[in-house]
Amino acid sequence: MTVLEVTGLRKSYADKVVLRDVDLAVDAHDVVCLIGASGSGKSTLLRCLNLLEKIDDGVIAFEGEEVSDPRVDPRRVRQRMGMVFQAYNLFPHLSVLDNCTLAPRRVHGVPRQDAEQRARELLARCGLAEKAEVHPDRLSGGQQQRAALVRALCTAPTLLLLDEITAALDPELVGEVLQIVGELAADGTTMVVATHEMAFAREVATRVCFLDEGRIVEQGTPEAIFTAPREERTRQFLRRVLPG
Amino acid sequence: MSYEPSVHELNRRRLRRRLRWRSSLIASLVTVSVFAVLVIGVVSSPGWPSVREYFFSGFHARESFPEIARGFLKNIALFLMAEPLILVLGLAVALARQARSPWLTPVRVLAVIYTDLFRGIPTILLVLLLGFGVPALGLSGVPNSLFFWALVALVLSYGAYVAEVFRAGIESIHPSQVASAQALGLTRGQTMRYVVVPQAVRRVVPPLLNDFVSLQKDTALVLVVGIFDAVNAAQDYSNYNFNDTAIVVVACFFIVLTIPLARLTDWLQRRVAERERSGAR
Repeated sequence: MTVLEVTGLRKSYADKVVLRDVDLAVDAHDVVCLIGASGSGKSTLLRCLNLLEKIDDGVIAFEGEEVSDPRVDPRRVRQRMGMVFQAYNLFPHLSVLDNCTLAPRRVHGVPRQDAEQRARELLARCGLAEKAEVHPDRLSGGQQQRAALVRALCTAPTLLLLDEITAALDPELVGEVLQIVGELAADGTTMVVATHEMAFAREVATRVCFLDEGRIVEQGTPEAIFTAPREERTRQFLRRVLPG
Repeated sequence: MSYEPSVHELNRRRLRRRLRWRSSLIASLVTVSVFAVLVIGVVSSPGWPSVREYFFSGFHARESFPEIARGFLKNIALFLMAEPLILVLGLAVALARQARSPWLTPVRVLAVIYTDLFRGIPTILLVLLLGFGVPALGLSGVPNSLFFWALVALVLSYGAYVAEVFRAGIESIHPSQVASAQALGLTRGQTMRYVVVPQAVRRVVPPLLNDFVSLQKDTALVLVVGIFDAVNAAQDYSNYNFNDTAIVVVACFFIVLTIPLARLTDWLQRRVAERERSGAR
């Protein structure tokens, strides 16, 4: 089943075109990794999918409905689409638990007890059972990002967008976050992931898309992209980022 | 390489335009009807004819205008003199409260007492106390003019408020800024002068302007010591002619003065928000 289908997506800021002719289809249980240099349009693409940015051409269809139609209420779409940001963006004035139950309670109308129970289960699964009552500032970067992941998962979204969620973390903390993303992938969570972690993309992705100058230059299975890329641009990029 | 928008996109643009047009139509209709209801509500009230005669008489507005305008010059003079003095006093007191040197402890204590005391006293009482009290002391070498002491009262009262605004601004600057300034070898004073205060001032401009709008109105308080400002002139006219139109006229004077400042405050606030949050959405 196709969860998300993007065709001919174009996005520009004034004269600067940041995404052009982007076609992308995401089926249920897919993990699509977007790779490419900084400024290649990975984050902008995710922001367009979440309707945080107005697109300039093309169609975004989510669960069979065109959500790029101006009449669609973006909040209704975002209720079924989770997003995690590079800088965690946890609310500093709320405890971890309250961060996680805010949307289920206020947006989805889940009773407090049920919301807290689900949040506690997810927090425990991510090794944060002890941290539910503390405020985000007391956590390490890795713990904060895991909490942000839990916050996005608490509303049980059909699609999870992860925007370079390990880019702000120390190398030693990257592993603990990616391990959880890997577990989510193994459970069949549908995800679109912008990442700089090539080893992760290779291991977890069902499909890898290489973006360059706002275009998906090449997409395919991780094996195809990492071992036998067709395009010269992809080869250049991989030479620079892969060790050896 | 040329780009032609797809038919789908052209349709979407038309739809967006239509939706935009529809929301501006709703906005205008709602606004016009709300204001119409308000105006009709007031005008159709049973007492409106006498209210109009008593508060909105064109004749009395024209008659009272020159005297009020003359008085208003006093209000303008008061706040033009008071504003720079308040800024200097407020910043000095805020900085004194931030001082950490043991030698400056008495200054710090004085600054705390000053803000606590003068923020707590109603401005009108300060004007009375200073305006009537100080000249009565009969000190030599001290000006005895009511205008001078009314000005001092306004400066002292608002200086305490503004000091707190500056202090809030200074304390809102992230400690990492102080740390990096000190890591460069700047002294505490230099850190304040070159790093903290410039950022703090930028941040507190909107609340400062807010205080100044308030000050413009509070210049009217000097009438309690008998200074013939615009409000005093209006009251005088009203009492003499049994018509309160002069009060409405003087209110208009203040509005004409404060609205541009309010718009400036909004604009500055928006500019700061755009600059500080650009790229961090």
